[in-house]
Amino acid sequence: MSATSARPRVGWRLPPKWVTISLFLLPALAVYLLFVLFPVIQAAHYSLYKWNGLQPLTDFIGLRNYVTALNSSTFITAVSNNLLVIVLSLALQIPFSLSLAVLLNRRFRGRSVFRLIFFLPYVLSEAVTGVVFSLLLQPGALVDSGLKGAGLGGLIQDWLGDPNFVMITMFIIVSWKYFGFHMILLLAGLQGIPAEIEEAALIDGAGRWQAFRYVSLPLLGPTLRVSVFLSMIGALQLFDMVWVMTAGGPLNASNTMAIAMFKAGFKNSQMGYGSALAVILFLFGLVVALAYQRFVLRRDVEGALTVFNG
Amino acid sequence: MTGGQVVTTRWRLGGMLGAVALLFSACSSGATSAVAPSVALTGAPPASAPAPSQAAAPVTIEWWHISTTDPGKAVFQGIADAYTAAHPNVTIHITILENEAFKTKLTTSIQSGQVPDLFQSWGGGIMAAQADAGALKDITADVASWKDTINPGALSIYAYKGKQYGIPWDMGMIGVWYNKALFTKAGISGPPATWDDFLADVTKLKGAGIVPLAIAGKDMWPSMHLWTYLALRSGGSDALTQMVQSGNWNTDACTAAGDQVLKLNALDPYQPGFKGATYDNEAATVGNAKAAMEVMGQWAPSVEAADSSSKKGIGTDLGWFPFPTISGGKGAATDGVGGGNGIAVGKNASPEAIDFLKFFNSVYNANKINSSNIGMSPVVGTEATVTDVNLQAVLAGRSKATFMQLYLDQATSPAMGTAINEATIALFDGASTSAKACQAITTAAASQ
Repeated sequence: MSATSARPRVGWRLPPKWVTISLFLLPALAVYLLFVLFPVIQAAHYSLYKWNGLQPLTDFIGLRNYVTALNSSTFITAVSNNLLVIVLSLALQIPFSLSLAVLLNRRFRGRSVFRLIFFLPYVLSEAVTGVVFSLLLQPGALVDSGLKGAGLGGLIQDWLGDPNFVMITMFIIVSWKYFGFHMILLLAGLQGIPAEIEEAALIDGAGRWQAFRYVSLPLLGPTLRVSVFLSMIGALQLFDMVWVMTAGGPLNASNTMAIAMFKAGFKNSQMGYGSALAVILFLFGLVVALAYQRFVLRRDVEGALTVFNG
Repeated sequence: MTGGQVVTTRWRLGGMLGAVALLFSACSSGATSAVAPSVALTGAPPASAPAPSQAAAPVTIEWWHISTTDPGKAVFQGIADAYTAAHPNVTIHITILENEAFKTKLTTSIQSGQVPDLFQSWGGGIMAAQADAGALKDITADVASWKDTINPGALSIYAYKGKQYGIPWDMGMIGVWYNKALFTKAGISGPPATWDDFLADVTKLKGAGIVPLAIAGKDMWPSMHLWTYLALRSGGSDALTQMVQSGNWNTDACTAAGDQVLKLNALDPYQPGFKGATYDNEAATVGNAKAAMEVMGQWAPSVEAADSSSKKGIGTDLGWFPFPTISGGKGAATDGVGGGNGIAVGKNASPEAIDFLKFFNSVYNANKINSSNIGMSPVVGTEATVTDVNLQAVLAGRSKATFMQLYLDQATSPAMGTAINEATIALFDGASTSAKACQAITTAAASQ
């Protein structure tokens, strides 16, 4: 005690670097651990039990919930529905958004009005979109009478009632809601490309298509890759809109993984099974995200992420 | 019931849906503070002396109900006010919740051990799970002196393993609601008494260009009730009870019900787009006179009116008849499928809370419930205050009932209820066979 107090004070010194880093990280880390990591671990724990959410956790059944899930045709349908939306989004939605972005990148009168209009659906909440579309898609409602009026009555479907068609309807609505978002993203990417580069290509004798294909598109790569990534994650999490419109029906034809999880946990009081589905959904998301970061986004994020042993 | 325990159990739900954890813990912490006073006063004096007494220690009754709109909201508040006026030491703290929010919040509260003293219940499988979790109070002895004032069939819905855990305040019966004007238009003289007549009437309606029957493919349960009736009429009450209890649905009664559904399907009787329809769509179809019939409970007239474009429904054109019998079937015409609303008693409820239930189901209050059309009271001797002609018909059906099956999706566990709903809607959608439907339900029962 006396020895310490006897020592002369040198004055303020900065604490070691790691102390600063951990102090700044601590709040975010605490929230992350508490609300992300801990619940995930808890879910993994519950998934090993047969549990209705009310009684104490006593009925340990190992991995049986996972076996049930993988043998359940309902859940397999849900998984394939998610995959279907991913594939269709990549094949149709992103190219569509890209072409709109390219179009709206040109100078013409009313350009910002179009940008605004196309972006608007994204501003609506999913629940509102769901309600609006379930009204529009009622048999004989606006969509049907519109088609009939245009002489396309033969195209009319039982949009939300036909198990074979409901996912197509769902995909169209999801695309309608999100194409504007991807368009804005890609538009921002396009505007980041200096006009001189494309000009140079054109002067060098490239056609418009060639200039786009070999100059603009590669330079748009980073944005495109992020757009694809967000689209995939969004498709995996698909819930609100489907829940509002069909609740996964008819005959479970529009189930998604998130809907199957919610139904099991909160409708059927099968918290253990629901947790198992939650873990599977989490693993899906994790694997997709990690693989995508590792193999596709790698050059975009180089230097921005810490990668151990390169 | 320490604070620490509350925190850990709260986390259980957090595990289910990460982000939602925040919401839930917010909910349950609200409940914690609100319920606390009554927990502390569990040992208050018994309410055998209902007269006001200055010496009585203050008691708070925590009551959750789901009547978010008037008249129900006002009637319940009135009953509570009348009770507290007569018992100045009692405070009734009412929490009104929307149906789905109520279910979620109640589950969280039960997990945390903070159960409200009185709360909305439909009896059956969910109440049984709550009782198994030790969340409910056995009130068998408390109600022994006055339980005879309540319709025994209705009372039995709130009993489990021989113990009473709640009381009903509303009990109705499913039947067929029909549009008399459309029946006349199709040349049908009166309601059908047998299933064959019913099918013949469906054909006649169809021939007159009228949609015979509205169902709801998205919500599933409306047609499940129709199917339940077919099983009940074919196999009889014993067979149905046996199926519910044993979990073996691979029976003649079950396949017979499926076969009748397929017979009905063959007539193409449902409204366009029925596969994606909600119950509100169904009610609107009938309320706008776009379909002639729906199989539904006692609430049908009010929902049809609310969902119709005129907000009035079809008025005096609406009629009710009990589900027809099946020739050669073992079920009686007086066997019914029904259910209603009740109040369950939480494990920490004070004697005052149970005394309040007795007051709640007094003839005076029961008449108020009937006359304000918020329910059909099961209190004996209050039938006269049901004035609506159609509700009187339902009431007559209920009074004559020789057997009452609680709605199948409530009598069983929630998971079984979903399985039954999904198996039966597949039949109505024409995507399944009788045998497949029965097997699906049996499989679900086996995994319980």
